[in-house]
Amino acid sequence: MQQRINKTASPSLSLGDFESTIGENLLDNSKISTRDVNVSYGDKQAIYDASLDIGHNQVIALIGPSGCGKSTFLRCLNRMNDTIAICKVSGKLMLDGEDIYDKKMDPVLLRARVGMVFQKPNPFPKSIYDNVAYGPRIHGLARSNAEVDEIVITSLEKAGLFEEVKDRLNAPGTSLSGGQQQRLCIARTIAVSPEIILMDEPASALDPIATAIIEELIDELRQNYTIVIVTHSMQQAARVSQRTAYFHMGRIVEVGDTSRIFTNPRHEMTENYITGKFG
Amino acid sequence: MNNTETVKAGLRKRYSREKRFQFYGKAAVMSGFIFLIFLLFDITSKAIPAFNITEILLDIPMDRVSLNLSNNKSLSIDDAALASIDYGGLVKRALRTQFPEVTSRKQKKLLYKLISSGAKFELRQQLSDNPELIGGEPLSIWFKADDDIDTFYKFERITSRVNPEQIAFIETLKTQSRIRTALNFDFFTNSDSREPEQAGIKGALLGSFWTLLVTLLVSLPVGIAAAIYLEEFAPQNRLTDFIEININNLAAVPSIVFGLLGLAVFINFFGMPRSAPLVGGLVLSLMTLPTIIISSRAAIKSVPPSLKEAALGLGASHMQTVFHHVLPQAMPGVLTGAIIGMAQALGETAPLLMIGMVAFIVDVPGGVMDSATVLPVQIFLWADSPESAFTALTAATILVLLVFLTVMNALAIMLRNYFERQR
Amino acid sequence: MTTTYLFLMIAGLGLFAFFLSFQRTAQYNGPKRLQSLPHHYASLTAVWTAFPAVLLMLVWAVIEPGYLQQQIITNLPAEIAGQSSDVIGLYLNKVHLSIENKMVDSDPVIQSLVVAYEKAALNSRYLNTAMVLVLCLGGIVAGLSRILFKVHARVGIEQLLKAFLMLCSGVAIVTTIGIVLSVMFEAIRFFNAVSVFDFIFGTAWSPQTSIRIDQVGSSGSFGAVPLFLGTMLISLIAMFIAVPVGLMTAIYLSEYATPKFRLMAKPALEVLAGIPTVVYGFFAALTVAPFIRDVGESIGLSVASESALAAGIVMGVMIIPFVSSLSDDVIKAVPQSMRDGSLALGATQSETIKKVIIPAALPGIVGSVLLAASRAIGETMIVVMAAGLAANLTINPLEAVTTVTVQIVTLLTGDQEFDSPKTLAAFALGLMLFVTTLLLNVIALHVVRRYREQYE
Repeated sequence: MQQRINKTASPSLSLGDFESTIGENLLDNSKISTRDVNVSYGDKQAIYDASLDIGHNQVIALIGPSGCGKSTFLRCLNRMNDTIAICKVSGKLMLDGEDIYDKKMDPVLLRARVGMVFQKPNPFPKSIYDNVAYGPRIHGLARSNAEVDEIVITSLEKAGLFEEVKDRLNAPGTSLSGGQQQRLCIARTIAVSPEIILMDEPASALDPIATAIIEELIDELRQNYTIVIVTHSMQQAARVSQRTAYFHMGRIVEVGDTSRIFTNPRHEMTENYITGKFG
Repeated sequence: MNNTETVKAGLRKRYSREKRFQFYGKAAVMSGFIFLIFLLFDITSKAIPAFNITEILLDIPMDRVSLNLSNNKSLSIDDAALASIDYGGLVKRALRTQFPEVTSRKQKKLLYKLISSGAKFELRQQLSDNPELIGGEPLSIWFKADDDIDTFYKFERITSRVNPEQIAFIETLKTQSRIRTALNFDFFTNSDSREPEQAGIKGALLGSFWTLLVTLLVSLPVGIAAAIYLEEFAPQNRLTDFIEININNLAAVPSIVFGLLGLAVFINFFGMPRSAPLVGGLVLSLMTLPTIIISSRAAIKSVPPSLKEAALGLGASHMQTVFHHVLPQAMPGVLTGAIIGMAQALGETAPLLMIGMVAFIVDVPGGVMDSATVLPVQIFLWADSPESAFTALTAATILVLLVFLTVMNALAIMLRNYFERQR
Repeated sequence: MTTTYLFLMIAGLGLFAFFLSFQRTAQYNGPKRLQSLPHHYASLTAVWTAFPAVLLMLVWAVIEPGYLQQQIITNLPAEIAGQSSDVIGLYLNKVHLSIENKMVDSDPVIQSLVVAYEKAALNSRYLNTAMVLVLCLGGIVAGLSRILFKVHARVGIEQLLKAFLMLCSGVAIVTTIGIVLSVMFEAIRFFNAVSVFDFIFGTAWSPQTSIRIDQVGSSGSFGAVPLFLGTMLISLIAMFIAVPVGLMTAIYLSEYATPKFRLMAKPALEVLAGIPTVVYGFFAALTVAPFIRDVGESIGLSVASESALAAGIVMGVMIIPFVSSLSDDVIKAVPQSMRDGSLALGATQSETIKKVIIPAALPGIVGSVLLAASRAIGETMIVVMAAGLAANLTINPLEAVTTVTVQIVTLLTGDQEFDSPKTLAAFALGLMLFVTTLLLNVIALHVVRRYREQYE
């Protein structure tokens, strides 16, 4: 990977004669499986024929330059794209064999199983306690105040935040630092006991120390959850994920084990991105 | 995971709550709609009777003997001669001719009350406009009926104000085709009167015109000037902040307080005439000023800075840039705000009541210093009248006012759209 | 020359100066290059000509009446001059009447005073005219002379223009000061006759005043508590309708409605907002109030024909667009990330609105409610036409109550002379109204601003 970076020539960004995703994008036993997904905003298409499987209890990183569709793809998985009126999704997306976009699939139920953490921490203007308790309360997951307490404390512990806030659970969530707020958002997501956690560049707004804490957290969470993380930082992808998918201009170009992708990419564009020829 | 089952169990209740919530929202919006439609329908239906007036056909003899004029045909009919004619008597006589069987005094009184008391003035007007009619054939004129008769005839509602004998008279007139309802154009050409059938809104229309003229001439230049200063020239200091705070506060002061200001300062301290459009216009311009300043500022702010930079780059002074380039570009927005401000001023009542526009004014105002009333005050005064015929007049005036407001607002919107498309 | 003619003359001379100067500057062929355009020089000359003269006229207008009054007084025969000010005032009035009506008074003293007055007035006129002429001509000469060319006329004119612009924006301050002073001035005179305590805490409101000058004190009471209560009752009824409906309208339009629906609903709301309050008052008095009375009586309740309920309901409907548009701004200010966060956790839209958005927007909504309350309290026409005139200390919405604004109108539209405590009471009420609405507005704007800063 220690190639001389050619600064004079601007690289062509076209995919050439790209036909279909290279690498191991399909699995035998997947948690989520997507086939031929196409997404468009009005008359602008954002995702072309995406087919990708996501395995149980692993972290898969979606990497690629800005605007290539990673976040759009992520938002398909918990139907957050429903909130955007002009967004049209086609193709098959399955969670444990059930079609996510089926008319009988309730988005509310889906999102209780597939949680999401956003790029910019967005705690509610409520207390730390109420932030975490929000999900369990609306879904009716706790039958008494004691159970709510338990869920809150457990979630905060799993998010690695409990020690820091245990004395001020009634303080507003917005009074925390950036990194703490993001962990609060993670705790809030965990409190609903999802099966999958989607993370859209969760550490891009945080300083390096907070980032390191989040990355450690992701590693711990992997034992109990399946995680899909969109990241701008290849180093982060290399650090936290087991599989990596490279997106380019709305297409999934290459998928494989993280270590292989970063040492021996098969497609030219993957290699160009990784070596920093464009970004 | 077992959580899914728990969540599923609660879903039905949650979705029914969702449905109910959406229903409340829709109901809230619809209730506004319904109220609006109901209001307009109610006022329109109340107003319709005012546009028609009952008229009775009478034959007035025009020979000189009946008119009590000298029989000398060579003598011209001058003003003195016209003034000497007993018009009221002529009308009464015509009624008696129509109903020769009426003899008792009581019956005669009831008969005379069929016709509006203003009939004699109508007759006089006819003769002074066409004096050549004198000495000729009998003149057939449709006179306005008295408002009680009018109400009875239009609604066929028997009230205490209509005597059974009068009902009989009306039946007779019906068979003779001497009674009808006709369009009431006098509504627009007459000024206020104690008699509903003669009352019109001409005075109020002109009063509103003069008042709005003063308002426009005062508030528009001052408002634009203030907006220009605040947007272009004012330094960022406490004084400027204070001015802005004042403008925002004034926009929220109740209108009646402006009326108190007008009363205490303009009328009492400066001794201006009460109830004059000048005073009313000044008070209204103080009220409209914040609106015009705020909308003009927005218009000026929206002028792209590149335009200003181009002018300055050519060597124009700041003042020249503003007046030659920025202001013309901002004009559409400024005018839109001005039209909307004028529409608000047109509907204002309370402050004008304070400065004395509550009097019963018959004369039509010829200028800004004459006593006048405005449309909304006329509505207020008539709404108080016990006579039911005034209700219809009030509603009709409201419709006129609403038409004006709709036209003004539509104009403002069209202006805004036209210039937005131009960009 | 009369005042009007003097002003016309000044205007004429100003125009003359403008044209003369314009000609002169436009034809300038001299060595030096002019820094400004001819019309700048011309405008400056015109201003130099007219402005001092106009100032003089203003000064004259202020001083002259007093001076002339003084002339009469100094000419009074000794025995009259020594008497009380009332008698002197009587003589002054007679002189003025005689002059205005052009009728000769029978009293020879008055006649001689009239003569003296008119002579003084004539002299004053001559002096005034002469001074105006001098100033105008002086301005013209100054403007046409070489001095002008040394002046950067454009800068001068622009500075004058800027001063004028600044003055115009100062009108807002002047107006506020005017309101405060005028209302306070008269209110203070009122409080000289009626104590502040009695006014604010008294519960009997029947404003009568002494009919004869020598009656001791007034037989009326000016306790404003029934008015305050009545205002609050009707305003509360109005808020009770406007706040829920307005808020739900805003929520539905911003969160649920299709663009087509919004396209139809927004104009309807604007129409509702643009209807003059006198129309609402008419509707309230002639349709709503009788309807409520009939409904009430058919189920056995006794309802006044001018119930607080009728006025309150119509006022509430009038305020709905106001609440709706303010709430709409406030709700839109909540960032989308908050909505996304809640939806991603699996909340339904109504749960998101009820548990996240509204609590987040609460300070802004509170501000809107305060502003709406301020509007309701200051509303006049609906209550004048649909609410009662008699002060009634009650909280029963089916009875007739009166409000502060109604009383202000009734006190000032009767045939009262200006100085009786009865009319002055209107100003005291106006002061209360102004202070209350000002407080509400200031608090509301403060709350809303802090709320917005939170999300910026």
